[in-house]
Amino acid sequence: MKPLLESEAFVRIAAPLAVGVVLFALWETGCRLASVPVYLFPKPSDIFTSLIHNGPSLLRALMVTLRVTLQAFAAAVVLGTLIAFMFVQSRAIEVSLFPYAVLLQVTPVVAIAPLIIILVKNTQASLTICATLVALFPIISNTTLGLRSVDPGLANYFRMNRAGRLKTLIKLRIPGALPYFFGGLRISSGLALIGAVVAEFVAGTGGRSSGLAYEILDAGFTLDIPRMFAALFLITLTGVALFAAMVVLSRLALSNWHESEIGAQT
Amino acid sequence: MNALLPGQPTDESTNPMIASSEPPPAVEVLSAEKVFSNGTRGLAPISLNIAEGEFLTLIGPSGCGKSTLLKLIANLIEPSDGRLLWWRGDFTQVGREGRRFAFVFQEPTLMPWARVDANVRLPLELANVSAAAAAPVVADAIERVGLSAFTRHYPRQLSGGMKMRVSIARALATNPNLLLMDEPFGALDEFTRNKLDADLVRLWWERKLTNVFVTHSIYEAVFLSTRIIVMAANPGRIFRTMTIDQPQPRDEGFRDSPKFAAYCRELSTWLAEASLPSATGGTS
Repeated sequence: MKPLLESEAFVRIAAPLAVGVVLFALWETGCRLASVPVYLFPKPSDIFTSLIHNGPSLLRALMVTLRVTLQAFAAAVVLGTLIAFMFVQSRAIEVSLFPYAVLLQVTPVVAIAPLIIILVKNTQASLTICATLVALFPIISNTTLGLRSVDPGLANYFRMNRAGRLKTLIKLRIPGALPYFFGGLRISSGLALIGAVVAEFVAGTGGRSSGLAYEILDAGFTLDIPRMFAALFLITLTGVALFAAMVVLSRLALSNWHESEIGAQT
Repeated sequence: MNALLPGQPTDESTNPMIASSEPPPAVEVLSAEKVFSNGTRGLAPISLNIAEGEFLTLIGPSGCGKSTLLKLIANLIEPSDGRLLWWRGDFTQVGREGRRFAFVFQEPTLMPWARVDANVRLPLELANVSAAAAAPVVADAIERVGLSAFTRHYPRQLSGGMKMRVSIARALATNPNLLLMDEPFGALDEFTRNKLDADLVRLWWERKLTNVFVTHSIYEAVFLSTRIIVMAANPGRIFRTMTIDQPQPRDEGFRDSPKFAAYCRELSTWLAEASLPSATGGTS
């Protein structure tokens, strides 16, 4: 049994945790010493109290945001992968459509969200569309890059064995593209959340189907700053959880062979 | 030498390795030449018969077209002029039983995401052989290269020599008659290379393969071959041919014999001559 400090896994978890604890402690004592009013900058303890106090409503808002995020993420993965497959099938398709994919990427979602919210009656659907647009591009570009990055020697081997298009795709291109695809997933999962929150801000919908962004807006109107921070904390937590899920997924799929994940499980 | 064999074509490259009965040719290169799109003459017209059961090695200075010739034989590229015959027919009938070839690259070119057995099974899968039918063939091919204990390993867990063995097992899985190898052991250390050479000779002999082998190593060429073709550059052409008529299958003992040393010395001299400026640029 090694001492805990020499264990890589322990240090990886403990070190950032220690930094967090220290930061929170500084924040708490700083606010207390300077007696900063709660409506300007709340202490961590205020935020925690608010989190417990507003638990049910915040949790409902979290569920709304999470639903939009996951729907958008799923749509982005399916659409992005399909578009990438299409791009790889023919250079002509890629050349003629790729600029539009870039256009999609560079247009800020805040700018097109009002239009989409006007065009699509269902708020939930319009929010999902906005978030999908944000999350789509990394999947397209990464998967396309992956499907194209075939080991030339292996491609030659497949050609020599008279492998058809479909077989080359299934046996060579798809497995080879997986590391790139998972890289795309990591970026896209975070972007889906950002897209969902930004779209909610623009939509600003109240009522039963309001998400965390609306909680933040509403807390701002009522100067309930601890609630604002609590909602922000939940958004951050969701983002981290999504990212961690993607890391685990990528590790499960690639740990046996790909350099990026080899040794990651030790 | 041709005078001793009446009825044979007078082309010097058709020297039979066994004088008594001429085996049928596996590949015939009929004044094939290769001019690349940039105008470089890769190969001057070359005529060459590769007999069944032969172990033919192509050696020569860089740019002599040995890899180009091998690619022509593998039908990876087309000759600019002249033609090639495989088992006395065109390339369309290659792939039938008894007329199969496999190519081993300089790199192992394995799929990193697939285990050893899956890598060896690949050509069978591409040929739509069922998994059940492929299993014994794959196991046998892996056993022949001595990797039975590593069937479930991933390529990254293997050494360079072992990866090359997997590559050879993958070639053997298709039950080829003709094995084309482009400097397969060039990236390995000498000790590993010698070991793989000895195993290759045994495989070639046991399976009655026809091998065409490209190398830079004089020792490797002498140890493996029944016939060595020394090539010269500008344009790529056959410079001289050496027949190595030694008992088969050869083992490590051959390496230590005086005859081996004599062959190596002579081949070394020829290679030096083939690399001389006077030997190059003759016809271009």
